Order: sequence, then structure tokens, then C-alpha cells
Amino acid sequence: MSLARTIAIAGVLIATATAAAEIPPEQRRSGFSFMTPETQSMQNDDTANPGMLWVLDGEALWKKKAGTAGKACADCHGDAAASMKGVASRYPAFDKALGHPVDLEQRINLCRTNHQQATPLPFESRDLLALTAFVAKQSRGSPIEAGADPQLAPFIAKGRALYTQRQGQLNLACSNCHDEVWDKRLAGSAITQGHATGYPLYRLEWQTLGSLQRRLRACLTGIRAQAYDFGSPELVELELYLMSRAQGMPMETPAVRP
Amino acid sequence: MPSALINVPAKAKRGDIIEIKTLMSHIMETGYRHTASGDSVPRDIITSFVCRFNGNEIFRADLFPAIAANPFFSFFTTVTESGKFEFEWVGDKGFSESASASITVE
Repeated sequence: MSLARTIAIAGVLIATATAAAEIPPEQRRSGFSFMTPETQSMQNDDTANPGMLWVLDGEALWKKKAGTAGKACADCHGDAAASMKGVASRYPAFDKALGHPVDLEQRINLCRTNHQQATPLPFESRDLLALTAFVAKQSRGSPIEAGADPQLAPFIAKGRALYTQRQGQLNLACSNCHDEVWDKRLAGSAITQGHATGYPLYRLEWQTLGSLQRRLRACLTGIRAQAYDFGSPELVELELYLMSRAQGMPMETPAVRP
Repeated sequence: MPSALINVPAKAKRGDIIEIKTLMSHIMETGYRHTASGDSVPRDIITSFVCRFNGNEIFRADLFPAIAANPFFSFFTTVTESGKFEFEWVGDKGFSESASASITVE
């Protein structure tokens, strides 16, 4: 009896000690602060930041007519500098018609299919990344507000559950690294805190711009789990959770990361 | 149409040393990689970059497969007169792009 109780208490203590605690707001850091001064200056200089190449392409696509409706983004939304300011900082956002959150890439594709009568752009295609980067760049410096909509609460909870769920052959949860040992290194690389402030961003490792979904899939493959498909509800819920915990931090799109 | 980013100061004093920065969009495929089915991915890189000022060549670089995608160049020059910088990138598969920027020297 007393032995069983001791084991039970020990079990509770272990569970308490290993439960992932969220990073307190005052300790939150952007991935930017983990980078070398050289990589930071690359991000800060718009003529050295390769992500700006996609922003330029996106600006051209914004004005280009697409689909059978013969409309460009600019025909409805006008000047992106005014109409898109702060928009990306609220994504993923709840879509009333679909009844679930959509991320910025999905919103652009919904606009294409519903309003431009155009085919949706494939995930990670240059055009979709370019349009997303162009739209998100208009929010650079704006505080992240994603997740403020009360309708999103159950989806943020799902995203948090996924974030703390151990999975894959290495049996790791996102939180095991990004909440518990973010100040340490994985081989030579800083682990960082998982605040998705600058997507889509240019990774030197990728030598290209990539979405947050690509980053999440790479992490899932890294823990030897089956990565969720692009556009799957799980990835959007993870994106939403990551953005909601970065609330108040400034948008950096297009960021540069090593 | 690949994008290029050019950073040349719009104005400078005669004799000033100025920095010129250029970034060109390019995949820089090395030619050493293979597809999942084993086929070789052909080399597709920028092979040369030239900068001319008022028609005179002031900077040239040869590029090689080990250079990362979207090559970035930064170099310095002394300005003596107002004029136009012309930039040219040439590469595999008929790649040829150019850009220009003007400077006013006071």
C-alpha cells in the first residue's frame, strides 16, 4: 500500500517536472537574436536580403491579371502598402465559410479560386511564395495578432496539443526542444524558441525562400515522424499555435535564417 | 524575368569611395546533383558578372558551381564623375541579364 503510494507520488512528481512549460513572455526571443551579426545584417539590408527578390516578384504578380475573371489582386485590393498592412500579422485566420482557420498561402489560393477564377498555386511554388512574401512584407514591424479571434481558441488548443505530443521514431515533441532547451545547441546550430515571426523566410540552408509549413515538415522529418501534408489541418493548427504564442512580437518578413 | 537588386548611392562627392551591392536571382545548380531516379541535373549557373561605368569595365568576376544561389556581390570604387553603372550577368542555358543605376557626383 505504502509502496504503491510512493510509486504513485513519484510518478506525479516526474510528470510535473517534465511537463512542458511555455516560455514566459519576457523571455521570448525571435530567431533573429540567435543569429550571427553577419546574418542579421543580411536580413536588415533590403539590397542584401535575398528574400526581397521574392517580394519584387510578388509585387509584379500582385498587379498581373490572372484567371478567367481577368482580375489582378490590385484590382480589388488596390495598393498593397495600405490594404495589406498588418494583414499577415493576423494569419492564420478563421474562415467563416470553411469553418476552420486558413494560413496566408491558403487565403491567397482561396482568393485565386473564388475571385480570380484561377487555378490555385502549388504549395512552395515560386509564385505562391512570392505573393505571400509580398503581402506579408507589408506587415513588417507590425505586432503579431494571430489567434485573437475567439473562434480560433479550439484550433489553438489543437495546435498546442500537437506541439506537446511526442511522435516519430525519436519520440520527441516540438516542446522538448523549443520550450525546454531552446538556449542550447543541436550540433552547431542554435535550437531557438519557435516563434514564427518572419515567414516566408530565406534559409541559407535551403538557398531559397520557404514557408512555415516547409519548416515544420522538415522538423517532423528530423524527429523521424511522418510529416503532415502541405495544407493539412494539423500544419495550419501548428502554424496558428506558433503565431498565437508570438503575439506582440514584430513581423520580420522576409526574414533570413541560417 | 529574374529579379535583381542594385544598391548604388544616388549622390556622392568627387573622390568618394562608394560601395556597390548587387543581388541577382538565380538557382546556381551545380551540375553535381542527381535526381531520385539517378539522372544527372545539368549545370545551370551564372558564369560571369561585369560592372561598367560609363562604358569602362571597373569590376569583373567569374562564378563557379560552389557559389550559392542568388549570388550577392559587394565591391568598392572611387567616383570621379556623374554617370551610369551598368551590370551584366551571363550564364548557362543562355542566361543573360542586365541592370543599371545612375550616380550624381557633386
